[in-house]
Amino acid sequence: MINIRDRGAELWENWNRPKRTTFVILLLAVIVLLPFAGDYSFSSFLNTPISSYQAVLVYPVGIFVLMSLGLNIVVGKSGLLDLGYVAFFAIGAYTAAILGTKTHLNIWEIMPIGMGLAMLSGVLLGLPTLRLRGDYLAIVTLGFGEIVRIVAVNNRATGGPNGIANVPNPPSIFGVRFALDNMQGFFWIILVMILLVIWMVRRLSIRRPGRAWEAIRQDEDVAMLMGVATLKYKIWSFSIGAAIGGAAGVIFASKSMYVAPDMFTFNISVLILSCVVFGGMGNIWGVVLGGTILAYLPERIRFISNARQLVFGLALVIIMNVRPDGLLPRKKREKLHKTVQPLAVEGEQNV
Amino acid sequence: MRLEIKDLHVFYGKIEAIKGISITVNQGEIVTLIGANGAGKTTMLKTISGLRPVASGQILFDGKDISKVPAHERVGLGISQAPEGRGIFPGMTVLENLEIGKYFRKERKSEMVEDLEKVYSLFPRLKERATQAGGTLSGGEQQMLAIGRALMARPKVLLLDEPSMGLAPMMIANIFRIITEINNTGTTILLVEQNAQQALQRAHRAYVLETGHVVKEAKASDLLNDPAVRAAYLGTGAANH
Repeated sequence: MINIRDRGAELWENWNRPKRTTFVILLLAVIVLLPFAGDYSFSSFLNTPISSYQAVLVYPVGIFVLMSLGLNIVVGKSGLLDLGYVAFFAIGAYTAAILGTKTHLNIWEIMPIGMGLAMLSGVLLGLPTLRLRGDYLAIVTLGFGEIVRIVAVNNRATGGPNGIANVPNPPSIFGVRFALDNMQGFFWIILVMILLVIWMVRRLSIRRPGRAWEAIRQDEDVAMLMGVATLKYKIWSFSIGAAIGGAAGVIFASKSMYVAPDMFTFNISVLILSCVVFGGMGNIWGVVLGGTILAYLPERIRFISNARQLVFGLALVIIMNVRPDGLLPRKKREKLHKTVQPLAVEGEQNV
Repeated sequence: MRLEIKDLHVFYGKIEAIKGISITVNQGEIVTLIGANGAGKTTMLKTISGLRPVASGQILFDGKDISKVPAHERVGLGISQAPEGRGIFPGMTVLENLEIGKYFRKERKSEMVEDLEKVYSLFPRLKERATQAGGTLSGGEQQMLAIGRALMARPKVLLLDEPSMGLAPMMIANIFRIITEINNTGTTILLVEQNAQQALQRAHRAYVLETGHVVKEAKASDLLNDPAVRAAYLGTGAANH
């Protein structure tokens, strides 16, 4: 099987600056114009039957990619299995719904509050639970995801099972209007958020936090021996992931204009985790690809109705068997030197 | 530098692994802890480096009790461990492994280059393998990497956990030669070993551990000739005496 990731990286490294810039601009232009692609005959194969194509680009595609990038920091970068990521999405969404309907704050003003609350809940959940490892953490986070949903069902402030309607759309910026009949506005703003997250993750990855996360993921005890404050960095990873989930929730509530508890089921946590694993844990481009495909595909094949989930599941199983590390796995450094130097020490053995 | 452990007790759940051990490591020494499996050797090192909590007793480092200091801060004090089973980062390159050994020092470029050179001169193999993933190294090379990475922290005392484990005899001799070399440059070493023969030949003093207790403490050379120790740990007991 050809290694797409290495081929891509090789190609990129061989390009000079103007070539790279041109490529990035072209790619961005194509993505920015995606909402219109459904209208033309040459690209109409992208159109989703039954659901509105432009709406699908926003949710699930855009939101899933954004959330996958957030979860990737937690699962892919630091190796913490979070099965309740939907909780942060819900906290962001309910913050937008409650503040948007009860106060005069607009969505842009609510955004930092939603992210902050999600982040805070990440820290509060992380402080006691991130001392746990592996399976225990997965189970506690799974429980947290359910708790948030059940609180929303049983609380008057969150509208109980009926949820909250009439969440306002965001006011326009730079002449871009955000409304139910103008979904490309939402798509573009989510695109901006995705680019910001990618930029941030790439910067963090090559700096101290990124190296700390990498060490924690590979061996937490040894990381501690190297002087990595493991609990601190795990909480950072957890809460940055939470903030991104919260941001996705705010935009989602404002786009749907409505939130209800059944939008925030365990299902979403699993789907986002699938996006990360399917695309390639720890690799940003893999995760973007994974999120895009897993969000878009079920909508695209909606015409086969009930068989849809079966086909989707089958595709997942097959691809994970063929590419167990995901579509675009993280960089692997297994380049063995072919020319073995004469042994300085003889008689050593591999154990 | 003086590391003094007083009446240390450590538990795994309800099982007491260390039952009141007191040991001292003085500046410039190689001190070795020998003993069979389950004697508590590795637990001793893990407790000194902070991976296991202290139930009671003291760990005095230069006179200060550090038993409540979190593990990640102890390396900054000058205690650095090469963990058991060559706990290197398999997915990082050799160079990245070495660099992270300096993590707590917040990157001083000149120091980094200087210390890398020192480690490379001790272990030329690591320089050849610098861009290779840690997980692809041979057992002996991984052990070199674990020791080299611990040295990157410029430790006052170096804790070595079974450096000979799973290595071929030639490699073991080589590793022990380098341990002496490191000690000659002024680094104090606390060495845990099952290979008592090699450890006692290299060390100045030794403690014999049995099921969580110190049963014997002596100069290493004396223990090498001690009939009871020879019988129990050196496999050359009754037949020769």
